[in-house]
Amino acid sequence: MRSTRRMEIVDDAARPRLARHVRLKFDAARGQYALLSPESILVLNDTGVAIVELCNSRRTIADIQSELGSRYDHVADGDVRRFVTALVGKHGMEIDHG
Amino acid sequence: MDKPYALLAELTYACPLHCPYCSNPVALDDYRDELTTEEWQRVFAEAADLGVLQVHLSGGEPLQRHDIVDLVQAANGFGIYTNLITSGLGFSTRRAEQLRDAGLDHVQVSIQADQRDLSDQIAGTASFERKHEVTRLVKKLGWPLTLNVVLHRQNIDRIDAIIDMAAVMEADRIELANTQYAGWAGRNRAELLPSREQLERAEAAVLAARARLGDRMEIIYVIPDYYSRYPKPCMDGWARRQFTVVPNGETLPCPAAHELARGLNLPSTNVREHSLEWIWSESPLFKQFRGHEWMPDPCRSCDRREIDFGGCRCQAFALTGDAARTDPVCHLSPDHGLVEAAVVDANDTTRPRDGVLIPRPNPGRIRSQIPLEVRR
Repeated sequence: MRSTRRMEIVDDAARPRLARHVRLKFDAARGQYALLSPESILVLNDTGVAIVELCNSRRTIADIQSELGSRYDHVADGDVRRFVTALVGKHGMEIDHG
Repeated sequence: MDKPYALLAELTYACPLHCPYCSNPVALDDYRDELTTEEWQRVFAEAADLGVLQVHLSGGEPLQRHDIVDLVQAANGFGIYTNLITSGLGFSTRRAEQLRDAGLDHVQVSIQADQRDLSDQIAGTASFERKHEVTRLVKKLGWPLTLNVVLHRQNIDRIDAIIDMAAVMEADRIELANTQYAGWAGRNRAELLPSREQLERAEAAVLAARARLGDRMEIIYVIPDYYSRYPKPCMDGWARRQFTVVPNGETLPCPAAHELARGLNLPSTNVREHSLEWIWSESPLFKQFRGHEWMPDPCRSCDRREIDFGGCRCQAFALTGDAARTDPVCHLSPDHGLVEAAVVDANDTTRPRDGVLIPRPNPGRIRSQIPLEVRR
């Protein structure tokens, strides 16, 4: 598990998942979804929630991009990769390859 | 008014360590009448209703509470993210497994230095070896490993070796935060505040380590605010994002506000007397420095008043006796000379790097709070 998680290259074949200590939660008091980790709270919009829920370490970035494109009109090429890259940079997501 | 995101739950001030940089209040004995298990469970329930998403379980040493597993389970049951901040003492294999099963999300382990002698000397008790075992246990049970190292004059020169130690432990994250001068640390400030030269070396070491380790370990480094031009945005603003409940139920907008709150002589904010909802929204203590109406100049007319919120109220109180003054750390503060004088002292080349520190005592716990089966 550890040997793969440090690979930070986010390409279309990468299989992302939330880092172990990060939790997606519906914040009932504010009516929004948030990603929780010890020192940060990241508020997500609907597309963000959909991406996070699709990141299960089996689907690739390409799979998720295509799934998202079929659900929403406003999803642009590279949106998923950018979202995942930003979260990997914040140590909120980890990547498996192969 | 915003809803609070995070709760710092200081469960007990009992602690087997004696770290002189501790930010717990000097009057530790005043907080021995600890909340019961049921009272904390109610606090977590009310906090969740109020919008709290994260609880940091700290102290003192939170593992001194025999009901720690029940408390984690309760917070987790209310959907709150749980983070345990521990010295590692009391983190046995059995307890760790129970905590994991109770849903504990994250563990932060403190360590005082990279060398056994120095670490044990700062902690005031033999704990270095045990802490190493605890870090292995944390990883073995599947938590990521975050190390906390409080930096000061007596360990900051070891920063390279401390980072290397963390890398060998395969830590995911290390927090290297310079001491905040509250409570016991305030008493020990003269022997804790590093020199400018020490800080410059430390910053260079952090940059080099980040380049060397890349993504393998996240390195968080916090400079002492005494050396910054502007104050820290303390708590992201008074009673704006988070609050603290201390062992006896008193509720504070900042973990260092014990003396400040007593000095203001306002109505109680103890959870034994009031709901968290009232404390957060209505209590005079929480309203006191919310927003910027309370601000004196230079803050009132400053462009940065929404960036740093006038700095730290507790630091203003500790240094000037008036919690409503601009944080003296700010170079625009009329009281900035107080901070400059401390910095001059820290840079006096005749001042030793290993001066005598006052250890933080262990107030222990009141016997009646310890369940019968453990008392024997």
